Amino acid sequence: MGQTKDIIYGLYNDEEDLLRAVKQANAAHLEIMDVYTPFPVHGLDPLLGLSESRLHIAGFIYGMLGTLTAFLGMTWIFTKDWPIVFGGKPYWSVPAFIPITFELTVLFAGIGMTVTFYIINGLGPGVVNPTIDLRITDDKFCIAFDKSEVDASQVESFLQSSGAAEINSKTI
Amino acid sequence: MSHYVSPIREPLVQGNKTYHDITEDLASPTEKAPGMAWKIGFLLSVTLLAFGLFCIAWTIWVGIGSWNLNRTVGWGWDITNFVWWIGIGHAGTLISAILLLFRQKWRTGVNRAAEAMTIFAVICAALFPGIHVGRAWVVFYFFPYPNTRGPLWPNFNSPLLWDLFAISTYFTISLLFWYTGLVPDFATVRDRAKGLRRKIYNVLSFGWTGSAKHWQRWESLSLILAGIATPLVLSVHTIVSFDFATSVIPGWHTTIFPPYFVAGAIFSGFAMVLTLMIVTRKLLKLEEYITIGHIESMNKVILVTGTIVGVAYLTELFIAWYSGYVYEQFAFFNRAVGPYWWSYFGMMFCNVISPQIFWKRSWRRNVAITFFVSIIINIGMWFERFVIIATTLARDYLPSSWSYYSPTWVEIGIFVGTLGIFFTLYLLFTRVAPVVAIAEVKSILKTAGDQYTGPNAQHHHHEEHHVAASENVEEIQNDEKQD
Repeated sequence: MGQTKDIIYGLYNDEEDLLRAVKQANAAHLEIMDVYTPFPVHGLDPLLGLSESRLHIAGFIYGMLGTLTAFLGMTWIFTKDWPIVFGGKPYWSVPAFIPITFELTVLFAGIGMTVTFYIINGLGPGVVNPTIDLRITDDKFCIAFDKSEVDASQVESFLQSSGAAEINSKTI
Repeated sequence: MSHYVSPIREPLVQGNKTYHDITEDLASPTEKAPGMAWKIGFLLSVTLLAFGLFCIAWTIWVGIGSWNLNRTVGWGWDITNFVWWIGIGHAGTLISAILLLFRQKWRTGVNRAAEAMTIFAVICAALFPGIHVGRAWVVFYFFPYPNTRGPLWPNFNSPLLWDLFAISTYFTISLLFWYTGLVPDFATVRDRAKGLRRKIYNVLSFGWTGSAKHWQRWESLSLILAGIATPLVLSVHTIVSFDFATSVIPGWHTTIFPPYFVAGAIFSGFAMVLTLMIVTRKLLKLEEYITIGHIESMNKVILVTGTIVGVAYLTELFIAWYSGYVYEQFAFFNRAVGPYWWSYFGMMFCNVISPQIFWKRSWRRNVAITFFVSIIINIGMWFERFVIIATTLARDYLPSSWSYYSPTWVEIGIFVGTLGIFFTLYLLFTRVAPVVAIAEVKSILKTAGDQYTGPNAQHHHHEEHHVAASENVEEIQNDEKQD
C-alpha cells in the first residue's frame, strides 16, 4: 500500500442511478478516481473513458506461442532429435501433430491470459487491497473521488444532487 | 443489462429479489453449520472414497492381476469408467462456455456448480489411465520431458498421448475458468466475514475490489476463455473417441465416433448436472434461483442429445449391415444378441427410450420424474461405454481367443471409490463457495427477475425507462450495441 489517499465517495442503490451520476459527473468535469460495483455494469466503460481491454491480443500471442512450441517441438523431435518410423508413415507426419498443437495453443492462451489478468489488475493470493465499503460487493454502487484531484465541497454537492444514498470520506 | 426481454420469457430469478437478497441467499450456505443431510452424505462419500483408495493401493501393490482383464479383454471397467467420467465433465463446460457464447441467461443459475462438477469428474477420470498402466510410479514417462534415457520421447502420433494432452489442458482451463468466476464471489463472502474467516477469504478472493476496469477485463477474460473452451471441450471427447476409432477393431473403427461421443458426453453430463442440482436446490433452498424453468431447459438439451445418441446407435447398425463387411456385421450382431445382450438392452432403453418422455412439457417440468430419468441416463451412459469397450473386445477375430469378462471386487471398489471422491469434493465445495454465481445472477436480475419480467412483473421496465429517465435512452442503446 505505502501511500495513502484521502477519498470522498458516494454509494448508489441501483446501477441506473450510478450510470446517470457518472454522466452528470462527466458533464460537470469532475475527475472520477474509480467506480466500484458488485457486478459488471454495461455501459459504464465508455462513460469512464475506459478503452477496450487488450487482453484478447495478449491471448492471441500466447496462443501462437503454444502453437509454435508444440508444432516446432514435435517437428524437431521426430525429424532431428530421434527420428522413428511409426507404421510406415513419414517422420514429419503433420496431420498427427494437429491434436497436440491445438491443445497446447489453448493451454498457453488460457494460462497466459489468466496470469496476465491477475498481474495487470494487481490481484493475487495474499494481496490486501483497501476496502472502501464492505457493501460494494453486495448491493452498493460506488463512485470514488481522490480529494487531491477535486474540490471536495463541489463533489459533495454533486453526490447529493445526483441521488447518492450515502456520502462518506475515508483515507485508504 | 437492459435489453428488451419478451414478456413471455419465464423469469429466471423468482421471489422478487433485491441485490442484497441475492447475496444473502447465495452466500449464507457457506456461513452456516451443515445440516444433517449434508453430514450423512459426507460420511457416506468419505467412506466410499476411503474404500476406493484402498482398492487403488491394492491394485498398485498386487498389480493389475487383481483385475479380471485377460488376453482378449484388455480394457474393462477401468476405461469404461474413464470415458464415463470424462463425458460427465463435458456438461459443465457446455453450460459455462457454449451457453455464454450463445448468451443464454439461464446458465447463471447452474454454471458454477456445473463447472465444479466438471473439475471433480475430470479428477476421477484422470485416475484411471494413471493406474490401469500397471506401474503407476513411472506414469510420468507419459510426459515429454528431457530425460537421461536418450532423451527418449513419447509417441506424438499416438491418440493415447493426444488424450493425455487433451485431458490435462481440459482440466487446467476448466480450473482457471471456474476460479476466475469465483474470485468476485469470494470477495462477497469475504466482506461479510470477520476474523480468520475474513483473512482466508481475502486470500481466496485475490484482493478483489470490484473496480470498473477490473470488471471490464474480467468479462473480457471470461468471454475469451469461453471461446477457447468451446472448441477444447469438443476436441477432448473427439480425442477420447480417437482412442477407439483409430484402432483396427471392428465396432471401433468408425468415422461416426467423434460426433457420437461428444453428443453422448453432453447427454450424460446434463443428466449428472440435473442429479446434483435437484438435490442441491432442495437442500440449500435455492429453488428461486435454480427454477423449474432451468430444469426444463436442461431436459430439452437431454432430449436433443439423447435423440442424437439414438440416431448414432441406429446409424452404426445400418452402416455395419451396409458395409457388407462380415466382421463389422458380427461385432454389432454380437453386441445386440451376444453374451452381453443385457448391457446393450440397458443402453438402448436408458439412453434412447427413457429421455423421449421429455417431449411432454409437464413431465420435463416435473422434478421427481427428472431426477429419476437423470439417474437412469447416468446408468445408461455407463452401459454405453461398457458395450463399446468390453463386448467388442470379448469376441475378436479368433474364436479360439474369445472370452468373457466380469469385474473383480477391486475394480468395482475403484469405481465406487471415484463416486466417493466426486461426491466428497462436491459436498466440500457446497460449504466453501457459493453454489450459484452471485455476481452473475445479480447482472441478470433486471432482465430476468420475476418483478421485471413474466406474468407477475410489477415494473414495466422499458416504458419506465423511456418516460422517467429519458437521458438514459442513449446509454441503453449503447448497451444494446455492445451486447
